[in-house]
Amino acid sequence: MSNNKSNTSGGFMDKLNNLTDTNLLLTITIVVFFLMYIAAMIFQGGAFLKGQSFLNILNSNSTLIILACGLSLVMITGGIDISVGGVTALISMCCAVYLDLKGGNIFVSILVALAIGLAFGAVQGFLVAYLDIQPFIITLAGMFFARGMTTIVHSEPFNVAHEAFNELKNTRIIVPGLGSVNRRGDYIDAYVEIGVIVAIIVVILMFCMFRWTKLGRSFYAVGGNQQSALMLGINVKRTRFLSHLICGLLAGIGGYVYFLHVGSGSPSHATAMEMDAIASSIIGGTMLTGGVGNIIGTFFGVLSLGTIQAIVASAGLGEAWWTGITRAAMLCLFLVIQSLIMARKKKA
Amino acid sequence: MEKNVKKSDDSIVMRIVRNQMFIPLLALAVLFIFNLIADPSFFKIMATTNNAGNSVLTGNPITILDMGSELAILAIGMTLVTSASGGQDISVGAAVAIAGSVILRVLRGGSTVPVIFAFLLGCVVAALFGAFNGVLVAYFKIQPMIATLILYTAGRSIAAWINNNELPVIIDPKFTYYGGTIPGVPIPTPFFIAVICIIIIGLVLKFTNLRLYTQAVGVNENSSRLNGLNPAFIKVLSFVILGLCVAVVGLIKVSRLSTINYSVVAKDIEMDAILAVALGGNALSGGKFNMASSILGAYVIQFLTTTLYAFKVEAAALPAYKAVVVIVLVVISAPTVRDWFSSLSKKLKVKEVA
Repeated sequence: MSNNKSNTSGGFMDKLNNLTDTNLLLTITIVVFFLMYIAAMIFQGGAFLKGQSFLNILNSNSTLIILACGLSLVMITGGIDISVGGVTALISMCCAVYLDLKGGNIFVSILVALAIGLAFGAVQGFLVAYLDIQPFIITLAGMFFARGMTTIVHSEPFNVAHEAFNELKNTRIIVPGLGSVNRRGDYIDAYVEIGVIVAIIVVILMFCMFRWTKLGRSFYAVGGNQQSALMLGINVKRTRFLSHLICGLLAGIGGYVYFLHVGSGSPSHATAMEMDAIASSIIGGTMLTGGVGNIIGTFFGVLSLGTIQAIVASAGLGEAWWTGITRAAMLCLFLVIQSLIMARKKKA
Repeated sequence: MEKNVKKSDDSIVMRIVRNQMFIPLLALAVLFIFNLIADPSFFKIMATTNNAGNSVLTGNPITILDMGSELAILAIGMTLVTSASGGQDISVGAAVAIAGSVILRVLRGGSTVPVIFAFLLGCVVAALFGAFNGVLVAYFKIQPMIATLILYTAGRSIAAWINNNELPVIIDPKFTYYGGTIPGVPIPTPFFIAVICIIIIGLVLKFTNLRLYTQAVGVNENSSRLNGLNPAFIKVLSFVILGLCVAVVGLIKVSRLSTINYSVVAKDIEMDAILAVALGGNALSGGKFNMASSILGAYVIQFLTTTLYAFKVEAAALPAYKAVVVIVLVVISAPTVRDWFSSLSKKLKVKEVA
């Protein structure tokens, strides 16, 4: 169907082609997610029928949603950022040390988180955009730097004992209508954590930016073809720099949300989270070649990964390796689908 | 006349600086002098007796030869992959875990199967996983780092799955020869294994067209196809060779411990292997390569690691220092920065002439 559409349109062929790719990939993602969730409801029953178990997927993946938004942005612009997991760990550790050992206040700790994220984004963005170095190498170095720094800041994992912070951490926002009745007949409200609200705001803001702002469109243009973007009068270097800067900012926000979720600092926090974020972006239909992607798809990509984890956990597959293998298989599947779409496009 | 003299003088200096071996040798010299000044006892080598009662040499230089050899073997494969595909394989650490797990699976329970058989099976499995990466890169046209991300995510899980998440221990003392020392030989075996690998790859590069074909594909895929090469096959071949290197390292790794720890074995080794290739002055975007330079790079990286350990840097904090080295390296070798430097030196020359 999408094929026909693009064939009948004339002048904006390339643009439409891209848009239909985006829609096609988005449709696949959403269908896969719903199929998976419905299958889980049928075969696992019980827990998956409750509203709370869906909200729990959101609760435990709010950080991933924010980080994946940043990665989608960078990937749409044609780059990549694998430092976000390390930055998340570094932010958790720094905020934990600041709040617990130094007894600081919450507002400043948020500023610390944002500053760390922005610093990583700015340095990496500068090296990638203005010195034209491969983003993978730079952000790989960034990731190792952040991981190493986390250990240097504090090498032992510890929990934060800060009253105001723990109050904030345990704040639960009740979602009306999704609660369930337990065995004794009491009604239990369904809830989400603050992080989920932040994540949803980020998704909406990013979606609006991509849809309706000039900057948002220029990310697609640069990712699609740098030469033609340059000829359209877009400042390519600045756009690439901004993509990394915003990704860094989102890593800062995501890092704080992660900290809010776990309430501790540890060098092993957020291990391989950058890989999960990349995987959810890809599953959500963001193309590695740049220029194609959608924030809504990314959101569903995260939910798909979260659902896999929930299924593995509730199916009693105690062996932890199943999560890794199913995720990799899903990543592989979506990469191959993308590559087939690219091949089809070239032939057309 | 004066100009001419200056030119030839310039070119000698430039020729040394331009040589690919210059960067790793310079790094080696810097590390060497740094250690010599900071703590000369760094280079002390002692003859001691190990647990098995053999006299062996110990000391930092021996550690560098020992651990650096693993890295050197991986650097061989990584150089070829980098050259042919213009990207790097980030799954080598996970693949080492898989190869090691396969070897242990064959040998566990005190079975009488010879080690060479287990090793060959490890080679086959690692080569298959290499081919999987290669096919994704060559035929599905996925960027190498993303394609290998799949195995990076799944590799350690697969390794644990092969052995049912058990940690088999090999009791046979002969099994420790590959990662430890052979009785009567004071130098660790991995060094000899690395030498054998280097000789093999040297012969292959000398007597076959592998070097020419790999570089041709890396420099320009389309024109190499027009010249009758099969770029996809050569890319897959480079990944398969890396797979074989991975199997060798897998054998060394499991032999060192006589067992395996799936989540820790060869952790972050992909970073070091990529770093070795970059330090060797090879372009990470593919094309021409210098194998000797990469191998030297691998030993220099291990030199750096051992130096940091000698300064009581925590193992988990190491990546931060290495990351700084990587960033400095890539910034120096970035085309924009090079152009800037050359224009700066031209300006200086103009001033001198004036």
